[in-house]
Amino acid sequence: MSAVEEVTSEAPAVEAVPKRAMTLGYGTSLVVLGLLIIAPMFLKNFFVFQMTMLLIYALAVLALNILTGGSGQFSLGQSAFYAVGAYTSAILMEHMGVNYALTLPIAGIICFGFGFLFGQPALRLSGIYLALATFALAVAMPQLLKLGFFEHWTGGVQGLVVTKPDAPFGLPISQDRWLYYFTLVIAIGIYVASVNLLRSRSGRAFMAIRDNEIAASAMGVDVALYKTLAFGVSAGITGVAGGLGAIAVQFVAPDGYTITLAISLFLGMVVGGVGWLPGSIVGSAFIIFVPNIAEHISKGLSGAVFGVLLFLVIFLVPHGARQVAIVAQQLIGKLKK
Amino acid sequence: MSALKKLAILSAAFGLLAATSGGALAQKKYDPGASDTEIKIGNIMPYSGPASAYGVIAKTEEAYFKKINAEGGINGRKINFISYDDAYSPPKTVEQARKLVESDEALIVFNPLGTPPNTAIQKYLNSKKVPQLFVATGATKWNDPKSFPWTMGWQPNYQSETQIYAKYILKNKPDAKIGILYQNDDYGKDYLKGFKDGLGAKAASMIVLEESYEVSEPTIDSHIVKLKASGADVFINITTPKFAAQAIKKNAEIGWKPLHFLNNVSASIGSVMKPAGFENAQDIISSNYLKDTSDPEWKNDPGMKAFDEFLAKYYPEANRIDSFVMYGYTVAQGLVHVLKASGDNLTRENVMKQAASIKGLEIGSLLPGIKVNTSATDFAPISAVQLQKFKGETWERFGEVIDAEVGG
Repeated sequence: MSAVEEVTSEAPAVEAVPKRAMTLGYGTSLVVLGLLIIAPMFLKNFFVFQMTMLLIYALAVLALNILTGGSGQFSLGQSAFYAVGAYTSAILMEHMGVNYALTLPIAGIICFGFGFLFGQPALRLSGIYLALATFALAVAMPQLLKLGFFEHWTGGVQGLVVTKPDAPFGLPISQDRWLYYFTLVIAIGIYVASVNLLRSRSGRAFMAIRDNEIAASAMGVDVALYKTLAFGVSAGITGVAGGLGAIAVQFVAPDGYTITLAISLFLGMVVGGVGWLPGSIVGSAFIIFVPNIAEHISKGLSGAVFGVLLFLVIFLVPHGARQVAIVAQQLIGKLKK
Repeated sequence: MSALKKLAILSAAFGLLAATSGGALAQKKYDPGASDTEIKIGNIMPYSGPASAYGVIAKTEEAYFKKINAEGGINGRKINFISYDDAYSPPKTVEQARKLVESDEALIVFNPLGTPPNTAIQKYLNSKKVPQLFVATGATKWNDPKSFPWTMGWQPNYQSETQIYAKYILKNKPDAKIGILYQNDDYGKDYLKGFKDGLGAKAASMIVLEESYEVSEPTIDSHIVKLKASGADVFINITTPKFAAQAIKKNAEIGWKPLHFLNNVSASIGSVMKPAGFENAQDIISSNYLKDTSDPEWKNDPGMKAFDEFLAKYYPEANRIDSFVMYGYTVAQGLVHVLKASGDNLTRENVMKQAASIKGLEIGSLLPGIKVNTSATDFAPISAVQLQKFKGETWERFGEVIDAEVGG
């Protein structure tokens, strides 16, 4: 927790990131996109599944990035929105027989509403206090999902098993590859929309609030509205990610959405670079693969090894992947000369 | 259905094969993960996270396989035990299971721990036809060979245990007023269901209070006070070791002396009874299927001596009184038995077939009279327990070994 405190107790909670620096250049974007499209064709199903999870967590990190990097609000409660999205998709698919693709927008809308409503009381809080309020949400969520009242729908502590969709139109690709490309399309759509959102009037309002709330309201920005809106958008995207996660993992249970997940997402955002949207995928890769590496180094001390690796990253590149990208760009620039 | 038919045809085919070819001429058959020199066994365990105490199980298993390998392996093949951490998080379990099957190509996934993690991978492993063998959870649903022919449990399931308590109460204290404390998760609820089913129609009138607690609570004292205030004279204690010790202590502190039933999960003398204080734990009733390592009764028992020798040579850093060590030691022997029985036919079908045809296997760490039994329709290897009462500093077993099977 202390890392959060340190970050939040400094005067400007989030460093001002100019909006152009939030994205990648076209050339780099195309290269990354090309890799994401071609790579799965040569990989085993297991790695395709891992890449699907990579995209899903990247979406969740991206959502947090809009909230924190965009509007300057902290959240340790993203796991709660992720859980609501996952359960919405799972319940719609398993109990009502809704097509999996249709459950995602519904999950997104429900989470948007949920986040927007949660944003209302959260308005009165800022910095570490907001982080704590959202933390409470994350802690409460697994227990709420266990409640006997919802048990008929949620499966209670036993969770719900979800059926994995086959590729449509008889396409000759495996379930995993299909789900990967399906996720990729959604991820790209959300990424483009997010970039545009941050470049739009609303995005500028978010950033104005982040940089200086009083100045923003003096300029006529409806601070309350845009703050809750940021919460809603972030929760909505997280909900879609949660829904995709439920479909990919084929199972939802309260134990999958504990505070650990919220902290992982927060970690992913910091490692990827706060406010730098392309960093989301780097952050997501960090939270998926580094625990595996740590486990490989030492099984008994995997947590400690993970801690050391995280410490090294924060110590050497405090601004995360964004910093690496900037250094790389400068190096390439020098080489060109 | 088609999977089942296939299995039936295959097993028929294997039967034919076994009948026509002599032992020496038996053809060697392998699925991914098995070869002339090694057998790859996959495992998933929470080494980190809230349930990391269970990690000891896989460490014990690893040590036991080291012993088997040092003694020449199984029919000349060494066991390659690959164990991954899932931190008790189902999405991670799925990832690790897929890694074991698709990347490491393990022959089977053995003893993965926890009900939610196992539920998360059950469908996947069954569709891939990879044995999910001897899962480390007492949930009742694992004994369901019809829908999940590739999944098999191991220990007596939770529901059958509390059913035994319920029957005992109906017989010996029919006018009981029952207070229940249970952990609010799959384990607690499974126990609770078994107990209510055991009481049947009388459940509603006999149970005066059902209290649940979260595993994250620091203490359960307030729940105990509430249970006492309800006027209950029978206490069903469905808690994990730390809380069980707290409950026993608190009972003595506030002078509540109900007929106390403690679930087998917390029947360890070393980690529950001793910390709670022997004088507070007198006359508690529980049940068990394993020998308690801290029970002086087994001091000169050959099974216990073998266990101590194993620990001294291959796992000296183990905490001997930790019941999970004994658990891992026992289930690893179950797997070794199955692999030995599979002989040179190390296909997934045959391993599953051998696992489903264990007859009266005795393991030195099981209580006398308790044997491992399975069949094509019975996927609950250990289904018997014996009631026991705490006297002095040890458990006194009483009554018959009770076989109470509950299907999934």
